[in-house]
Amino acid sequence: MTNWLKRPASETQITHGQRLWLYFVATVIMILLVAPTIIVMPMSFSASQYLEFPPREWSLRWYEHYLSSPAWIDATWTSLKAGFLTMCVATPLGVAAAYGLHVSRHPLGQFFYIVLITPIMVPVILIAIAAFYVFVQIRLVNSLFGLVIAHSILALPLVLIVVSAALKSYDMNQEMAARSLGASRFTAFIGITLPQIRFSVLTAALLSFLTSFDEVIVAMFVSGGDNSTLTRNMFNALRDQIDPTIASISTIMIVISSTLLILSQLFGKSRD
Amino acid sequence: MAGTASGAGARANEALLNRQDWQERWALLGLASPAVLTVLIVMVIPVGWLFYLSFLSDDGNFSLEHYDRMLESKAYARIFWTTFKVSFLTTGICILLGYPLAYFLSQLPKRAAALCMLTVLLPFWTSLLVRTYAWLVLLQSKGLINEWGISLGLWEEQLALVHNLTGTLIGMVHIMLPFLVLPLYGSMKAISEDYLKASSNLGAGPVQTFWNIFFPLSLPGLFAGALIVFVLCLGFFVTPAVLGGGKVIMVSNQITNNIELFFNWGAASALGVVLLAITLGILFAATRLLNLNRILGAGH
Repeated sequence: MTNWLKRPASETQITHGQRLWLYFVATVIMILLVAPTIIVMPMSFSASQYLEFPPREWSLRWYEHYLSSPAWIDATWTSLKAGFLTMCVATPLGVAAAYGLHVSRHPLGQFFYIVLITPIMVPVILIAIAAFYVFVQIRLVNSLFGLVIAHSILALPLVLIVVSAALKSYDMNQEMAARSLGASRFTAFIGITLPQIRFSVLTAALLSFLTSFDEVIVAMFVSGGDNSTLTRNMFNALRDQIDPTIASISTIMIVISSTLLILSQLFGKSRD
Repeated sequence: MAGTASGAGARANEALLNRQDWQERWALLGLASPAVLTVLIVMVIPVGWLFYLSFLSDDGNFSLEHYDRMLESKAYARIFWTTFKVSFLTTGICILLGYPLAYFLSQLPKRAAALCMLTVLLPFWTSLLVRTYAWLVLLQSKGLINEWGISLGLWEEQLALVHNLTGTLIGMVHIMLPFLVLPLYGSMKAISEDYLKASSNLGAGPVQTFWNIFFPLSLPGLFAGALIVFVLCLGFFVTPAVLGGGKVIMVSNQITNNIELFFNWGAASALGVVLLAITLGILFAATRLLNLNRILGAGH
C-alpha cells in the first residue's frame, strides 16, 4: 500500500499519494451520481405508507398497487408502444438521412444536417406547445400517431449524430468495391455497409426508444385520455403528493434503462 | 481532324458524366428528405405559426403587446432573472464537480475508466423524471438526508432542502453533470501525453505541468460541455416544477402556466420566441467564439 502511494501515477511523475485527494473527490461525486437512483429501489419495497430507507418491513405492496391499477397499466402500454413506434420511425429515417448526407457531397447537405439537428437545440417546451397547437386543429391531440411523430423528431438528431459518426470512421471504398462488382447501391449498403455500422444503428435505436419512453413535456401536452403516457401520469401524480407507487414504477424504469445501457455497452465491447 | 472529333466526344462525355453525377447527388440528398420533411412539418412550421401568433393581440390584430408586457412587467423580469440565475449556478457547480471527475476518469487505465464511466452513463440513461423523483424523496423534510443529517448531529432542525431554489439546483446539477463530463472527458483523452512528458522533462513539477499544459488544452472541451449545460438549463421544465414547488418559475414553467391556466397563446408564444432567440443567440455566439479560439490556437 505505501509502495503504491509512492509510485508515479502519470507521466508527470506525480505519485498516487499526492493524488489521494483527487481519488477521494471523484469517488464522492461518483457516489452522488449513482446513489439517488439506487436508493429509490429498496425504498419501493417498503410496507409503510411513507418511503423509508432501509425499509423496516419489506413488502410488494406498491408493486401490487401498480399492477392492479388499470390507469397505470394502460399508461405503461402507451409508453411502450410509443417508444417502440418512435424507434421504428426515427431509426430508418435517421439512418437514411445520415447515409444520404454522408455520400451526396451536395451543397445543400450541410443545410439539411443543421435542419435535422435543430430539434435538440430548440427548447422542448416550444416544440411541445407548437405541436399541441397544430394537433388541436387537425385532431391529433391524444392520439398515439401524433405522439409518435412528435417524439420521432426529438429522436432524429440523436440517430443522425450517432450514425453519422459511425459512417465517418467507415471506409466507403468497401461499398465502391461491391458496386464495381455489380451490386446496386442499395444492395451494397445492406450487404456491406450496414453490417459494419450495425452497433451504432442499434445504439441509435435504443436511444430513440428511451427518448420517447422517458419524455415528459411533449407527452404532457400531446398525449392524454386513453393515450396518456406513463411519464405524464407520474408527473401529474408528483405535483400532488409523494405516492410510493411511483417508487415502484421508478424502479421498473431504472431496470429498463440500465438493461438498455448494458446492452449498448456490450455492443460497444464486441466492436473491438 | 480526328483529334478535334475525339475532343468534342470527350466534352460530350464529360457533360454527360457531370449530369449523371449531379443526378446522383440529388438522389442521395433525397434520402434525407423524409427526415427533413418530418422535422419541417412537425416542428418548423408549427413553431413558425407560434411566431406569427405572438404578434397578434387578443382581438386578432397585429400588435407588439405581448412583447411590451414582457419588457414592462416586473413578474416577467423576475422569471428571466430566475432562469438565468438557475442556469448560471447549475453550470458553475457542474464545472466545479465535473472537472475533477473528468480528470480522474481520463487518468485511469482503460478497464477501470470504462467501469467508472458507468457511474456517469447510468444517470445519463435514466429517466429525468425518475431522478427528479429520487431527489424529491431524499430531500423532503422527513427525507433521508434530513434524517441522517440530524442523527449525525450535522444540523439540528429539519432543513428546507426541497420546494425551493436549493432543491432545484441539486436536482439540475445531478441531471446536467453527465452532459459536462462526457465532452470534457473526450477532450482530455485527446491531449497527447507527449506534451506532458516534454513539460516534466524540461523540469516542470506536476502542478506546473497541469496548469500550464493540461488545463489550457482541456479548455475547449470544458467550454463545449458548459455551453451544452447552460443552453439545456435555459429550457428546463420538469425539475423546477417538481423540486421548486412553485417557487422557482423558469421561462418554460411560465409558458405552461400561460397555456394551462390562462389559455393565453399569444403570451406563451412570445415567451417561447424569446427563449428560442436567446438559446440560438448563445449557441451562435459561442460557436463563433470557439472558432476564433481555434484560429488563435493555430497561431502559436
